[in-house]
Order: sequence, then C-alpha cells, then structure tokens
Amino acid sequence: MTPDLLPLSQVSDALAARTLSPEALLEASLSRIRSLDGKVHAFLRLTSDEASAAAKASGQRRAAGKALGPLDGIPIALKDIFCMSGVETTCGSKILRGYVPPYDATVVRKLKQAGAVIVGKLNMDEFAMGSSTENSAFGPTMNPWDLARTPGGSSGGSAAAVAARMVPGAFGTDTGGSIRQPAALVGCAGLKPTYGRVSRYGVIAFASSLDQVGPFAQDVRGVALLLAAVAGFDENDQTSSTRPVPDYAKALDLGTRGLRIGVPREYFGEGLAPEVEKAVRGGIEKLRGLGCEIREISLPNSPHAIATYYLVATAEASSNLARYDGVRYGHRAQATQLLEMYERTRAEGFGAEVKRRIMLGTYALSAGYYDAYYLKAQKVRTLIRRDFDRAFESVDAVLSPTSPTTAFRLGEKMDDPLAMYLNDVYTVPANLAGLPGISVPCGFDSRRLPIGLQLIGRPFDEETLLRVAHAVEPAGHPLPPLVEGR
Amino acid sequence: MPLADFEPVIGLEVHAQLLTRSKIFCGCSTRFGAAPNTHVCPVCLGLPGALPALNRAAVEMAIKAGKAFGCAIAEKSIWARKNYFYPDLPKGYQISQYELPVCKGGAVPVPGLRSIALERIHLEEDAGKNIHAEGGSEVDLNRSGVPLIEIVGKPDLRSAEEASEYLKALRLSLIYLGVNDGNLEEGSFRCDANVSVRRKGETKLGTRVELKNINSFRFVRQAIEHEIGRQVELIEKGGKVVLETRLFDNEKGVTRAMRSKEEANDYRYFPEPDLQPLLVSQEWVRSVAVPPLPQEVMDALIAAGVSPADARTIVNDPLLVDVHRRVGGDPRRAALFVVGELARAVNDREADLAALKFDPALVREVWSLQDSGAISSTAAKDVLAELIRTGEPPSRIVERKGLAQVSDSSALESVVDAVLARNPSEVERYKGGKANLLGFFVGQAMKELKGKGNPGALNALFKKKLGS
Amino acid sequence: MAIDRAQVRHVARLARLALSSEEEERFAAQLGHVLEYIERLQAVDVEGVEPLGFAGDTSAAAPLRDDVVRPSLPRETVLAQAPQQNGEAFVVPRIIE
Repeated sequence: MTPDLLPLSQVSDALAARTLSPEALLEASLSRIRSLDGKVHAFLRLTSDEASAAAKASGQRRAAGKALGPLDGIPIALKDIFCMSGVETTCGSKILRGYVPPYDATVVRKLKQAGAVIVGKLNMDEFAMGSSTENSAFGPTMNPWDLARTPGGSSGGSAAAVAARMVPGAFGTDTGGSIRQPAALVGCAGLKPTYGRVSRYGVIAFASSLDQVGPFAQDVRGVALLLAAVAGFDENDQTSSTRPVPDYAKALDLGTRGLRIGVPREYFGEGLAPEVEKAVRGGIEKLRGLGCEIREISLPNSPHAIATYYLVATAEASSNLARYDGVRYGHRAQATQLLEMYERTRAEGFGAEVKRRIMLGTYALSAGYYDAYYLKAQKVRTLIRRDFDRAFESVDAVLSPTSPTTAFRLGEKMDDPLAMYLNDVYTVPANLAGLPGISVPCGFDSRRLPIGLQLIGRPFDEETLLRVAHAVEPAGHPLPPLVEGR
Repeated sequence: MPLADFEPVIGLEVHAQLLTRSKIFCGCSTRFGAAPNTHVCPVCLGLPGALPALNRAAVEMAIKAGKAFGCAIAEKSIWARKNYFYPDLPKGYQISQYELPVCKGGAVPVPGLRSIALERIHLEEDAGKNIHAEGGSEVDLNRSGVPLIEIVGKPDLRSAEEASEYLKALRLSLIYLGVNDGNLEEGSFRCDANVSVRRKGETKLGTRVELKNINSFRFVRQAIEHEIGRQVELIEKGGKVVLETRLFDNEKGVTRAMRSKEEANDYRYFPEPDLQPLLVSQEWVRSVAVPPLPQEVMDALIAAGVSPADARTIVNDPLLVDVHRRVGGDPRRAALFVVGELARAVNDREADLAALKFDPALVREVWSLQDSGAISSTAAKDVLAELIRTGEPPSRIVERKGLAQVSDSSALESVVDAVLARNPSEVERYKGGKANLLGFFVGQAMKELKGKGNPGALNALFKKKLGS
Repeated sequence: MAIDRAQVRHVARLARLALSSEEEERFAAQLGHVLEYIERLQAVDVEGVEPLGFAGDTSAAAPLRDDVVRPSLPRETVLAQAPQQNGEAFVVPRIIE
C-alpha cells in the first residue's frame, strides 16, 4: 500500500520519519482527486495554489526538523461550511454561490497554524440540512463503496473524500448526526465533540445549540490528532468551553479493561436492519473480550428525540438563515420593492428542504405555537439529557448502531422528508444532550457496504470515547473497490 | 365631554446608547460621525458564521444604571432574539432581552416632581441606519451593534409636562452616571411614548398608542399633547382608539399612523443560543461604583445653604457640579462663584467648562486673601476674573496688578488723622448728625491711599476717632 | 390536516419566502406529515421541567470581552460582496412606508 493510502496517523508518522514529503503527499492527493472525483463528486472546489504553497513551506520545516506538529504537511479538506478567507464558501447553497468570506473560521486558522495543507472545500447538504448530501444545490456526492448510493449527510463530501483516500483527514459539522452517520456509511471514523469543545466561529450556522465541528479520518488515532489541533476555548465564541484540552492521542493507549459500556435497549428495536445489528453486536462482544463490562441500560425518552430535534433545530435555523436576504451578500433577486426582493431572493436561493425547515421552525416559534412546540421541545430535551446523566452514573460510554441501515440508494428517500429524518434516530440524542459521540467502522453487510458503531460519552470525556473506539476499530482499513481500481 | 374629563396615562420607553468604546458584541468602535460602513466587522455585518462576543463594559453600565435607580438586578438574565426583516438589521434578528431582563423595577427621581417607577431596564444591540434616497434606500451599518439599554417606565405619567420633566431628569441622570451622553439630536438618547387616555376616575387603562420619532424635548411635549387631544376627540366622537404605532411629524405638529415594518409583528422571541445566560453576581454588583444622582446632589447643595435656584442651575450641568466640587470650601460661597463669576465668564466666552484654564481649588485662595483683608472685595472680583481667564495663581495676580490693600492700623491711622484734620467743617457736620459723611471721609482716605485702603478698617477707624 | 394552506402562506410571509401555489400545497402536505409525527410530544409529561437553554459547559461562565476597540473591516471589503452598493452604503429597493 502506497503511503498516501495509509490512515492519517501513519501518514503523519511517515512524514515525521521523512519517508514521505508533504509535496509528494499533496501530489498523490491531487492525483487521486483528479482520477476519482469525477465519479464521487466529493469536492466543490480545490485550493491547489494555496495547498502547494503550504506543502512547500511544510516540506522546508520538516526538512529543518522544525515541524509544527503531527499535522504539519497533512492534506486536509473542509466541508464547504467553514469560512475560508478569499475562498468561495457556499454552504451547499445557491444563495451563497460566489460568496467569498473576508475572514477565516477559527478552526481554519488553527489548522493553518498546525501546518495542515488545505486542499479544497467539500460537498454537503444545503445548510447542513439532510442525511444524504442529495440536498446540495450543486449535485450529490456518491458513496465510494457503491456509486449508486449516498455517502450519508450532511457532511457527505467529507466522509467520501476520506473513504476514497483523496485526503487522509477532513472536517465536517454534526448537528443531528452529520459527521457520525456519513462516517458509518462510508466506513471511516468520525467524531462529534462535546458541545463547546471546538469553536463555531466562522462555521456557517444551522442550529446554534446543536452544531459542532468534528474530524473524519480512517483511523481513530487520526481523529484524535485532528481533534487536538482544533479543540479549545475561542474568545470569538462565548459558547466554547475554557476547560483545558487533554492529550487525546495519549488516551488511546490507556486500554479498556474495566470500562463499563451501556447498551440502550431502546436503540435495538424496530427499524434497525438485521445485518447492522449483527455487526454492532459483534463489536460489543469484541469489547467484552477486551475486558469491558457490558450493561443493558434504558434511555426512556429516546422515542421523543427526533421530534424534539426537528423542533429545536428548525426553530434555530429559521432564525439563523434570516440573514440571507440579498442585502449585503449572496444572491439577490430582481425586484422593484423590498418585500418582493426578500421573498424572491430567498425563494430562488434556497432549496426545498431548507424552505421546509425554515417554515417548520418559523411555525414552531410563532405566536400561539411557541409553548406547545419550541418550549415543549426544549423541556423534553432536558429529559433526554437527564436519561444520559443517569446512565453515566453506572456506565462510562453508551454504545449503539450509528445508522439504522447501511448506505441507501440515491433518490430512495427523497420523496418523504420524514423517512429521511428517521435516519438520525440514533445520532440526534447526543446533539440534544450536548454530548460527544463517535462512529467507528465495525464491519460490512452482504452488499459490502460499511457498518458503523456509535459510542456516546460524558461531557468533555472524548478521551474515553477515543480509548474505546480505538479498541473496537478494525485492524485493517480495506479500500473501496473504486480506489483499488476495480 | 371636554378634555378636562379625561386623564392621560403616559409611559415612556427610552433607548440610550452606552458610552462603551466598542460595540456590544464585537470590537468595532462606537464613535459617532464616522464615514458610512467604516466601523463594521463580520459580526455586526451579519456575515455567515459570525458569532456575538459580549462586552463586559456594556453589562457594567447596565448594572450601574440599575443600581442608581434602585432596580433589582437579576443574578441570571437571558438574551433573546427578536426576529424581523429590515435592511438595517443584518442578522434578521436583534439580540435583546425579553422574559428575563438584567434589571427590574426601580424608579427615577425627578426633581420638582416625584419618583417615576420603572418597569425594567434591559440590554440590547442597536440596528444600523436606513436612509431613504431616490429610488431606494441606503444602509449604513456603523450603528449596528452599538450597545443600548432600554429603560421602560411604568405608565405613571399624567401629562405631557410630566413626561418632559421625567425625560429631562432621566437624561441628566444617565449623563451623571457616565453611561450615556444625552444627545437627542445625534440619536444616542431616543424616546418612544405610550399614550392612552381614560375618563377621570376610571381605573382600567385605555388602549395605548406608541409614538415614535420624538427627537427633542420640545417635540416630546408637542407630540404627547397632540396625541392626547387626538384620542379624546376620537372618543368623544364615538370612535375607538386603535392599538398602533404613530410617527410624530414635527413640521406639521401632528401624529400619523405608521405603515408597519412588517404585516404581522410576530417577533418570535426565543432565547439566544449563541450566548450563555448572563450571570451577574452580587459581588459584581457591589463592586460597581455609582456616583450620586442629580436629586441627591441637589439635596446636598440645598442642605449646605445654597439657594434652590442656584442649586438647580448647578445640578443641570454636570460640568458645573464638578467645578463646584473642586472649588470646595463653603458650598454656598462656591455656588455663588459658580453661578456668578464663572457663569459670566462662560457667557463672555472667557471660559470653557469642558477645558478650564484654572484650578478651581485656587478660588479658595482668593477667598483667603479677601477674608484676611489683603485685598478688597472689589479687587477679589478682579482677581477671580483674571484667574478664570488665565489660571495664574491669585497671589501673583495681586502682586502683578498691585491689588494689595493697606490694612495695617498704624498706617491707616495716620491717614485717618490727616483727613480729619483737613476737613474740620465736615467733622462738625458729622458730629451734628450727618452720618452719611462717613462715606466722604473713607473716600478721602482712599484717594490718599490710591484706593488701596481696607474700607472696612477705615470705616472702623473713622468711627472710633469721631467718637461714634 | 395538521397545517392548511392559509397557515403555510402566513408562515411563508413571516419567513419572507415566496411560494407558488403548487409549493403551498406540497409543503402543506409535507409539513403536515412531519407535524403529525411531532404530535407525540404532546403526551410527554414535562411538569416542573426546565427548558435546556444552554447545552454547553455550565461549570464556568464564558469570559466576557474587554472593552477594547479592534480594527474594523475596510469599507471596500464590507461592500465587496454587496449585490448593489454606491461606494458608501448598501443599496436596497425602496421600502413602502
């Protein structure tokens, strides 16, 4: 296996050992993008010039023994939700086509400071609303394991780019599962940190109390390295936490003997595909064999999570998306009068799913409905959080499937929005409770489609998640047929 | 039923810009008068991905105002989004406070009236400016994000006059607190009035009308008076007052209905998820120093013997209060100086209260010179005027201008004797009952002393020598 | 019907979205379907339960910003993305007052 096909942490080791140079690595990455992305469509645009300059600078530093850290020289790609100064950022939407931010997101700034080589911007569901990347205004992304299927969403481009070995690492955002679900569907690792662990400044907002930035990599160690580069308090984001950032990579080697894993009975019922259940239970057994104590737990308010999520998230989104009004940036429709300008701009600029969610959210906040919808949902949210608090009194991590099915066909769920929403049934609770969650590969189904296993942890206890995820992840990282050239 | 049978009920809402250096949620400058769109950043421009970062000083000023007016200051208050579409509102929502504001209750003392109760004080951000031009509107976002406190008064006012007095007192109080500059013309102090009427004796409130665009004290009275009249006339004709917002047209002197900013004013308030709840500890509240308010300063001046009229003059200008304090010594005498010599100098443009050329404490030195007899009271006035104009130390002024007066009794005595000797017939007439000749004698002595005699001492000496 | 066309039109107006007649009908059906699903929350007992306002770290309040002026964006940058501007300000169609 050529070094560029290795998982991120091993690529990092190769750079450190000087058996690989950042420029060669970038060349390999761009070459693979050129040969595969026509089929996968993970990327919306490349930033080759900036990447070349960054790779060159990194090469000089590495040669002089002055590497900035483990990410120095590693090609990374970013979901098109991260503002990058001077680079078009669309958030997957026509309303921001051509929009060029004048500032870097804090995460982007930190990655540049770590020496990461940013290769381009990745496809996503419009405004992060979706579970398949089919809601992108610029065409869907295909799953590298089966091009007729979706890679999940909304960070479908990020997941696909890593799975197709275009880049060893990528970043996305997760509001209701948008990192974990695509990671599961393409067979790589994806982490949603605790709410407030990573700055949201410069990350185009969908639902402010749920959005979190997180990394994708083939390996859990790679995820740990990426998280370490971006975690920490940001004065520009007053919802971010001042808690010190631990050494995540070190945590991986702590082993799992004696850790208690909770398996919620509510997550193994109707709607879960049998092959997915089988693979996940295989993961449970693997952990048992490694000395973990497995306990059945109950999260009784789980059945209310989707309904709660689709009220809170859409309400916040309806407000966050009000700024797309054609006045200061983005698309503006032709109109002679202001009201017309607003209504046409937004009708022309937003896709159907975004419009649906804006309306649902507006309705949930509107006079006469606020108490029954938004306020009620925020109270049920407290109950969901309490379920987890109670569970964590007796277990250290909660284990479940990430997605009820493996990758579904393009177009399969587009007719019924509710059917699409139900993909998030195992992932939204962690967002509602503000907890960290990771998806890690745990096998394949009979169609050779990847299956993911989810772990949810205590607030700011990403270390335990990474430990357990590292213990359960597969030893090898098989390549999708597309990458092998088959 | 005439106007006299109705009672107006008025509550005022004031939006006051806080005197912080930077905006409430970003580091852009709040300085007034900059070229359009030069104090703008991703946050106050509402760019995708921007987030609010709360300015501690804005909170501190709200605490100061709350403390000064005796409000209950919430240990935890919540930010809320007020959602509506308008070109001067970049995010499509205003970050404000709704259900749980930072201050509740309290009252504003209005000298000469009574304390007017407050409903609440809360923090929020200002919107930008929309300037209506030919064929469109121009949007300047310099003002977007400037911190405001909204001070909501209870509907306790009963006339346009009271409203005007309340507004003046509130404005002055905020200036004293250093929280707002009270500038109505520049729009840093804005007032909306809620006006309703009811038949005298009625306890239920009538339907209220919100009046906007009142940007001077004169207009406050006019607008409210006009609106009261309009409502009474409407009711008398059998009509009903409609809950609406009206604009004051200051050229025509009337209020007219405003076409609403949006058809349905459903602001869809909900707690702002980008900010944590605002925590204000009792310790923080205790640590905030609050200067005395105008009423308190006025009471102290009057208690010290200053006349109510002079006290009012001083209190109405914080700069005068400051000078008065710095003069020190006898408050009454200091007050007389401030409303006398100093006011005159300011009037004649010999002094600028914002940039005094002299140290007010030196006024006491002039008093000492006068009280000890070193200079006459006339000379003292001269010295004060010079002091104000140049800041030169009083003793040097006296020396330079030769204003020292002779008070030494032996020196004076010889002159007194000489004058009496030279004017025997006047001495006779004085002894015969013409008491006012004392002035003549003193005048003669002064002439000889070239005006430098201590008139009081001369007076006493002549009286003694003339045996009265 | 969980939500009718008139309500959809009202909500669309609040959200400043122009909808075609066909969209009104389609969204009414789709949103209605979702709202029916959401109805299940009505049965949940939330007596005495506080809303979860803030999902982040409540162990320490975020430090507030110092009152220091930071450089603003240059005006050309502020106006650079504007669909219509006159060198000084954003320009929008007239508002009917």
